[in-house]
Amino acid sequence: MNTLAAESANPLLPPVGEIIIGTITFAIAFFVLARFVWPRFEQVFRARREAIEGGIERAEAMQAEAKAALERYQAQLAEARTEAAQIRDQARAEGQQILEELRAQAQQESARIVARGEEQLAANRQQVVNELRGQIGALAVDLAGRVVGESLEDSARRSGTVDRFLDQLDGMSAGASPNGRGGATGSSVYVQGDR
Amino acid sequence: MTSSAHALTDVLAVESDPGGGFVAPTIAEFYPPAIFEFSVLGIDFSITRIILIFWLATAAMLVFLLLTARNASIVPSKLQYIGESGYSLIRDGMARDVIGPKGLPFAPFLASLFFFILFNNFMSIFPFAQISPNSKFAIPLVLAVIVWVLYNYIGIKEQGAARYFKDAAIPPGVPAAALILVTPIELLQVFVIRPFTLAVRLFANMFAGHMLLVVFSLGAVYLFSVGNFSVVFAPLSFLMALIMTFFELLVIFLQAYVFTVLTATYLNGAVEPAH
Repeated sequence: MNTLAAESANPLLPPVGEIIIGTITFAIAFFVLARFVWPRFEQVFRARREAIEGGIERAEAMQAEAKAALERYQAQLAEARTEAAQIRDQARAEGQQILEELRAQAQQESARIVARGEEQLAANRQQVVNELRGQIGALAVDLAGRVVGESLEDSARRSGTVDRFLDQLDGMSAGASPNGRGGATGSSVYVQGDR
Repeated sequence: MTSSAHALTDVLAVESDPGGGFVAPTIAEFYPPAIFEFSVLGIDFSITRIILIFWLATAAMLVFLLLTARNASIVPSKLQYIGESGYSLIRDGMARDVIGPKGLPFAPFLASLFFFILFNNFMSIFPFAQISPNSKFAIPLVLAVIVWVLYNYIGIKEQGAARYFKDAAIPPGVPAAALILVTPIELLQVFVIRPFTLAVRLFANMFAGHMLLVVFSLGAVYLFSVGNFSVVFAPLSFLMALIMTFFELLVIFLQAYVFTVLTATYLNGAVEPAH
């Protein structure tokens, strides 16, 4: 068919028309691609890189936050522990104090009870002594009157005699044990009253 | 009518001729009749089916890539992922890794080159086209000349004209005595051989690939119709055509890649002063 045209053609010597067509076509293709396609991809790559970097930054921030929270928590825990220890120590000290106070109070109470008992005892003894004094006086006068056989009319004299006698008695017992207690050497009357 | 159909009518014509045997395809394969012809300023333009294929392939590439880039988002759709991966392959694998830190501005050019060659190469096995525009020497030549102009321009711009031509003629570290041999070879290589081999490599691969496919396809048709015992070899020829089609697919990708990677290498030499 067109073998005649082909035989005369050298494939390495292209017609100028084809070269021009090829140049224009490639130029158009390049400009369309360089304007509408590659920049879009570059934009996407940039956005993706930024998204990844942003993600990494966010993750780092979150990690830092978590770390801070952990530290805060640990600090709080330590604080709570010391506080608990303090409270325990305080409680122990307070308990000790309360115990000592109670002990002191108990001792005071017992001392007070003892003192009251002693006071009462002393009062009782005084009462007994007073009673006995009257009775012994009357008894002694009565007995002396009977022994002497005479009546001692003069009451003033009589009471003087009795009182003198009793004072003598008293002086004897006071000399033996001044506080009137535990005196083994006192008068027999007194010892009996004490019992 | 496709070129194969042309060839087929040739074969059938031969068949009807009693004394004829198998007629191998000729270079006429690459010179289909013009569909439309015109002349501007004394330059003849003939629009053949190969030129139509060239335009259709280029348009298909543009439409495809525009679709992948449309609504491009951080999380890519499947379509976007395809276009993006292709661009990343060139941008990261060549512009950044081959040319170096100054390479990223060349990524759009390299990627355009790659996809342009790839889609036009693919026409060699695309049904009903079955011939690559790159098997016409004009197209690879245009691309190679553009690359040649670009890397020389970049070399002069980056290194200064004096430095660039001096380094090209007198490579550093070569003994003075060897320069008698080295200088002409180097000058020839940088300014003539590089663009020539770049263009011829692509052209010859697509040319030869097309020839092989046509030979085996026509062989199968001929053997089927020969009407004697040779019919048993027809499936063999058909199988070879099939195998060659897959081989052609490999060549399509490989040649597009090689052309682009060599362009990146030349640009690297232009951007970085010789050591």
